[in-house]
Amino acid sequence: MSLLAVSDVTIRYGRLTAVREVAFTLAEGEILFITGPNGAGKSSLMRAIAGVTPPAGGRIDFGGAEITGRAPEDIARMGLSMVPEGRDVFGSLSIEENLIVGTGMHTRERGWRVRAASALEEVYDTFPILKERRHSQAGLLSGGQQQMLVIGRALMTNPRLIAIDEPSLGLAPNITDQVYERLIGLRRHRKLTLLIVEQSSTRAMMVGGRMILMRGGQILLDGDAQAMGQSEALQAAYFGYAEGEH
Amino acid sequence: MLQVLFDALSLGSLYALGALGIALIFGVMRLVNFAHGDVIAFAVFALLWPSVDAVAIVFAGKMPWFLLIPFILAVGAGLSVLSEVVVFRRFRHASPATMMIASFALGFVIRYFLLMLFSSRPKSISLLPALSQPVEVLGARMPLLQLITIVATLVMLTGLSVFVRRTRFGLEMRAAAENFTMARMLGVRANRVIMGAFALSGALAGAIAIILGSQTGTVDIQMGGAVMLMAFIATVIGGLGSLEGAVLAGFLIGAASVVMQTVLPPEARPFRDAFVYGAVILVLLFRPQGLIAARGTKERV
Ligand SMILES: Nc1ncnc2c1ncn2[C@@H]1O[C@H](COP(=O)(O)OP(=O)(O)OP(=O)(O)O)[C@@H](O)[C@H]1O
Ligand SMILES: [Mg+2]
Repeated sequence: MSLLAVSDVTIRYGRLTAVREVAFTLAEGEILFITGPNGAGKSSLMRAIAGVTPPAGGRIDFGGAEITGRAPEDIARMGLSMVPEGRDVFGSLSIEENLIVGTGMHTRERGWRVRAASALEEVYDTFPILKERRHSQAGLLSGGQQQMLVIGRALMTNPRLIAIDEPSLGLAPNITDQVYERLIGLRRHRKLTLLIVEQSSTRAMMVGGRMILMRGGQILLDGDAQAMGQSEALQAAYFGYAEGEH
Repeated sequence: MLQVLFDALSLGSLYALGALGIALIFGVMRLVNFAHGDVIAFAVFALLWPSVDAVAIVFAGKMPWFLLIPFILAVGAGLSVLSEVVVFRRFRHASPATMMIASFALGFVIRYFLLMLFSSRPKSISLLPALSQPVEVLGARMPLLQLITIVATLVMLTGLSVFVRRTRFGLEMRAAAENFTMARMLGVRANRVIMGAFALSGALAGAIAIILGSQTGTVDIQMGGAVMLMAFIATVIGGLGSLEGAVLAGFLIGAASVVMQTVLPPEARPFRDAFVYGAVILVLLFRPQGLIAARGTKERV
């Protein structure tokens, strides 16, 4: 059974239809890239999945339960962790505080401090730079460090699925490489399911896995990323967009 | 000289507590809550038993202080949380202007409710009379009440600061104040954080009510309004949403008022507030973002 199922989801902003009847499923342990040019509706779709902007039509299921229109905190508590576009660190909070916000879901059970401490150690193992700077203000971190921080923060909620909107945004290629290295390592160690949004399909082809290509609010292609890279359909869909990307 | 300092501190305490009450709610909801002053008035009237007679029928005001204080704080917190659940929750996705108007309307509802129960005549009450005896501190004579006001305010501010910095709830509140949507995507429960902010804000309103009631010895429907106006200005000067800024600006405005009261020539004193407002305009001209700019202007809930 699929972990995430998006069925005929439509998203509107006033009269503008940003996403039109999009449908796909994502199996446990899978890695899925959603790519497409500027304005394709990728981020809108992510926000709908996270419960931030409920869709105008269609339904979304996660882990066998319908989550359409549910509150973002409920969806997060079910194990779907969203890292939004632009990263959104809490700039005035310290790095460690940023991370601990994500353990809020354990407050019911006693001893969240203990749980937070062990979750923290795990994140620090993956991202040693965060441990080094744990007490400095998150707003002072570089873009790459902020990206590591928000991925680490998403891990603190102990998710089954992490959805990341444009992790490479504004990062130098070698920093993007590092970020992806960690993501792939995490997926292997924790059996995480990954949903990654990127404008360019280059990264998807490098990493491998499944890829969906969106344009104008609709899905044009859905298939194996590497196979798609060889086909001419991709170039046609992008209209030459793939040039000049890292 | 010392007397001026104590006057400034005790007036500043009121403004700082009021400004903090507004800033707490603004931080998590981007709501400028104009009903806050009426929550203060309501808490003051909770000292009395409802009656339209000229003579006050004292109710909670007769309690010993260790019951009176928690009771009035709870009344403030309760009304504040109630206003969130009944009114503001329905406006969460509305524009800040709509929410502000809703808060005005709620303020009027509370005020007219009080008018109906108590009439508009101010009533005198002797609240905690033991506190009006003078004490001597560092050579300056002042009413014990003034000293207690200052000390209690400092204790409350320290307590709140520790609470906001050290507890799980405080962390969630700070995260939510900076970027509510992101906090929710990490599992922070919006309703809990907002209700908590309203409860704290209402308890602060209760504290102001106790201080005002015992300082003035009257219970008056106008009571919250005057403090609120200055407190509101303090939140703007401090940087809307910034808790430290609100406290700092509250004390500064208190100090400015008291200093002007002493240095202005007697014939200009009735216009003291005009000078205070003038200073406010100057500050805003030079620092439109406030003394301590708050982080996170990202959209709320
Ligand atoms: N909050 C909003 N209000 C109104 N229109 C919006 C809003 N967010 C997005 N849109 C519009 O919806 C369409 C899809 O935008 P979206 O941000 O989802 O695209 P995207 O694929 O993420 O693009 P990018 O690669 O630039 O991030 C665009 O036309 C955009 O202008
Ligand atoms: Mg986007």
